[in-house]
Amino acid sequence: MQHKNGKRVIISIASGKGGTGKTLVATSLALSLAGKERVQLLDCDVEEPNAHIFVKAVLNHKESVFIPIPKVDENKCTYCGKCAEVCIYNAVAVFKNKVLVFPELCHGCGACSYLCPESAISEEYREVGIVETGNSKGMDFVHGKLNIGEAMPTPVIRKVKSYINSEMTAIVDISPGTSCPVVEAVKQSDFCLLVTEPTPFGLNDLILAVEMVKKLGIPHGVVINRAGVGDTKLDEYCRKENIPILLTIPLDSRIAILYSRGITLVEGMSQWKNNFLRALVKIREIAHERACST
Amino acid sequence: MKELVVLSGKGGTGKTSIVGSFAALAKSKVLVDCDVDAADLHLILKPTEQQKEEFWSGQVAFVDREACTECGLCQEVCRFKAINDFTIDPVSCEGCGFCYHICPVQAITMKEQMAGHWFISKTRYGPLVHARLGIAQENSGKLIAMVRQKAKEIAQEQKLDYTIADGPPGIGCPVISSLSGANLALLVTEPTLSGMHDLERIISVCRHFGVPPLVCINKNDLNEENSRQIESYCLNQGIEVISKIPFDNAVTEAIVHALPVVEYSQNRVTNEIEKMWQNIVASLKGDKYAHL
Ligand code: SF4
Ligand code: SF4
Repeated sequence: MQHKNGKRVIISIASGKGGTGKTLVATSLALSLAGKERVQLLDCDVEEPNAHIFVKAVLNHKESVFIPIPKVDENKCTYCGKCAEVCIYNAVAVFKNKVLVFPELCHGCGACSYLCPESAISEEYREVGIVETGNSKGMDFVHGKLNIGEAMPTPVIRKVKSYINSEMTAIVDISPGTSCPVVEAVKQSDFCLLVTEPTPFGLNDLILAVEMVKKLGIPHGVVINRAGVGDTKLDEYCRKENIPILLTIPLDSRIAILYSRGITLVEGMSQWKNNFLRALVKIREIAHERACST
Repeated sequence: MKELVVLSGKGGTGKTSIVGSFAALAKSKVLVDCDVDAADLHLILKPTEQQKEEFWSGQVAFVDREACTECGLCQEVCRFKAINDFTIDPVSCEGCGFCYHICPVQAITMKEQMAGHWFISKTRYGPLVHARLGIAQENSGKLIAMVRQKAKEIAQEQKLDYTIADGPPGIGCPVISSLSGANLALLVTEPTLSGMHDLERIISVCRHFGVPPLVCINKNDLNEENSRQIESYCLNQGIEVISKIPFDNAVTEAIVHALPVVEYSQNRVTNEIEKMWQNIVASLKGDKYAHL
């Protein structure tokens, strides 16, 4: 799948609501393409990464994700208080003869070390997560894992995304929601596929997700999962807002059971492959149109 | 006054349907929606807003192009790659203020952000404190801490027994803010490999912050083999599985009718949820799990 400038497209799979089937869609989409062209599956849901379970990824490389935090040399420090004053996150506190750093609050911006008048601050590195890479069934695979107890997933997401290879089509699995880490993961996608379900919860959260991709200016379409439950308001909304519905997956206990066992849809029911490939053709058309018009 | 938070790690396991039912079952409580990013509880509780407040938090840098001499220092130091062509990308900006402090001609100002709203509402089940974080905003943690604080104040003023919080998915900042200091966490999982994987991570987070967890397996009959594995895993961890809820379309139908499932129908699902609530009350009262 190629862009006009020869660059391969990045397709992110997101949703406002959790548990609507993002990972199901991401893994099946990637597997449908694998073997036809070079494809990468990147799991940016670093809080709860699951794609590796479905694609049985063989992970052969592991890298720590660090953020730089200040380290104060108390021999040079005059306790002037500048560092505490500039740190907007209150990650440093200066007392009469002691400087305290609170690593969990530090965003690693580097302001304190740069601005310390005595050059008393150097930086050390704190691990907040890991990124693992490998392959699976003819695809490149990358995922990140936020360490337990860590609050900030963004540096791990950035690291996962640094593995995006412009020579391959990239499928990116995103965590639920619309806040900062989600935006970080969706940014730079050529297309965003929003997975939802036809319930009031699904619709409510889809509206938020649509607001987000519109704000980012990313072309988007919808996948309706568990069609058959709930009501018809979702269809009505998509029609009214002119959002293409690219794939509809019915509520089917066979699909739910495959999912529960960690088997991808296209492997458990191979007839689905064509549906995913058809959706991909439409995604390519929309992404291409947008790329040409901007 | 005791604080219960309902979490899951993985999204979509049924937290909100369960909290909605607890709302109908519990007598003396304040309800809290800690999923400020994709809040759904209001769809069941149909709140009437009584108080709406702006949530101002975090800053974003702004470059005055008139004053800017295009020296490029800010672009060089910004670690979030938020400045390109002397313009700030507000989505990437983390508001650290580094650029503001170093700009040699003071061309950069930091502007407070209106990051969302929080609300105190009335529902037919009692007070609800909820919030809405703006798209692409940070500081969900602060907003959640605020919402929880308000809920506690209301509970204390009105001498209510519990706060019951619907938590966000994941394990990061919003989850930590919802969890820390709570008396009990109910972890709602499902018998799927992803649900199990995520359960292990959220249990570790509970341990990390010293909040005792109880587990509820939702859609239990979807895969009973997996469900048994969850039970033995929890047994090994010394965590009680207090409820196994069967799969039933009534849960979704109830959502469509904007009702807690325990008010929508009377079946094996609702029996299970009622039993679970009694168990939770017993745990909260007796602090039975305080040792965990
Ligand atoms: S700015 Fe430097 S000298 Fe001043 S208190 Fe901080 S570390 Fe010490
Ligand atoms: S690096 Fe930035 S966030 Fe960390 S302590 Fe220094 S000023 Fe604060």
